[in-house]
Amino acid sequence: MRHMREEELIAYREGVAERRAVIADHLSACEKCRAEMERIEAVLAALDTLPVPDPGADYGRQVWKEIAPRLAEQPGRWWQAWFEPRRLAAAGGIVALIVAAFVAGRITKHGGIGDNVVNKEQVRERVLVVAVGEHLGHSERMLIELSNEAPDNPKQKEVDISAEQRRAEDLLQENRLYRQTALREGDAGLASVLDELERVLLDVAHSPGEVTPAQLEAIQKKIEARGILFKVRVVNKELQQRQEASKPAPQNDSAKRERNKV
Amino acid sequence: MQQSVDSAQAIAESDALAVERTLAGDRDAYRVLVERHSHSVFRLAYRMTGNRHDAEEVVQEAFLRGYQKLGQFAARANFGTWVYRIAANYAIDRMRQRQKENALRETPRVEDREGTENDPVNRVQDEAPTPERLTQSLELRKQMERALAALSEAERTAFVMRHWEGCGIEEIAGVLKSSSSAAKNTVFRAVQKLRHALQPFVETKAQARAMGTES
Repeated sequence: MRHMREEELIAYREGVAERRAVIADHLSACEKCRAEMERIEAVLAALDTLPVPDPGADYGRQVWKEIAPRLAEQPGRWWQAWFEPRRLAAAGGIVALIVAAFVAGRITKHGGIGDNVVNKEQVRERVLVVAVGEHLGHSERMLIELSNEAPDNPKQKEVDISAEQRRAEDLLQENRLYRQTALREGDAGLASVLDELERVLLDVAHSPGEVTPAQLEAIQKKIEARGILFKVRVVNKELQQRQEASKPAPQNDSAKRERNKV
Repeated sequence: MQQSVDSAQAIAESDALAVERTLAGDRDAYRVLVERHSHSVFRLAYRMTGNRHDAEEVVQEAFLRGYQKLGQFAARANFGTWVYRIAANYAIDRMRQRQKENALRETPRVEDREGTENDPVNRVQDEAPTPERLTQSLELRKQMERALAALSEAERTAFVMRHWEGCGIEEIAGVLKSSSSAAKNTVFRAVQKLRHALQPFVETKAQARAMGTES
């Protein structure tokens, strides 16, 4: 008797076997293949015990709240998405960065071809560093304000954190953009901190606008436990140092005189 | 007033009607679709990406893309299946991106599973004085997470969609952009890899049961 191959048993178990009846008949008659099937099933049964977190009963509403401001008035017309306020703001920001990089490139364009390449790299680095530095500064301020939130009196049942929540929503969009850029640039350290920051921003953005003191405390403890404020400060400091380091060195007078001759 | 109540009920009854109304300019009709399908898309996304943070991003992106492409949605199709497919495609992109991130980092984040930060699995140290049975169970779970993380994106996608979500082979093939037979092979390879990685741990458990050391 030919025993079933592992491939056939797995296909049977996963409901994609072509010869189901033949395999079923064989399994009922062959103890060896049955034992083999039991081993496969034991592994799959173990995998079935892996939990999926419950996103909460109002998750659908949360998703809608997140995406609704980003939807165009009419679906299916892709170009309309580019004219919604958030995208326009983001596009404006990017245009501003490009213009800044171009202008800075023009200003620093003094040397030969080699110098020019270096300058462009430096300018790009500087523009990114400045933009991310600002973003980290805004994030830090929002997190500090949230960490300092407290009920006005012990009897207060809810604390309004809607302002921080809205800011977190806005910062979240920027954060994704910078994280992806950092990743593309091969800056793993910065990408990692931005990734951690994104998780915190996501938590805050998904919180209700008004929270109970206990919920507020839980959010604050989460921020503290992740040490995100400290990490953001350290990275921001590093960025400032990088910004300083990437500034072109002051040129001495003789070099300026030489260039003026040309 | 009665008309709007009836209208809301009608929307709730049918995805197809909700799609039609959304396309006609009723943006709130899309809300019904989002609220109805968010949980199942989240489950798929979580199982594919292995962490809550990415799963939530996938869910949002899937519904955003769904809205943008709604004009291309065939009226006879099932909206749930369609948005599932968009989510699975985006989850694959996210997994690839995450792999690149992990490769750039010094320490891989195989066990960095969002939403499980309070999970005892992540807190248990080898030297922790836990009962043997609990340790075995926690160890098995760690191994399962590792084994799933070690699958390729295509294998993980195929396994999640087939084994956990019960998707048809044609649907999986559509997401993987492969033939049906290739999709079937991918399901097989995934189960085979998981089996080889996990069988020693599962068998140890079975042996323990046979020896009467496990309830």
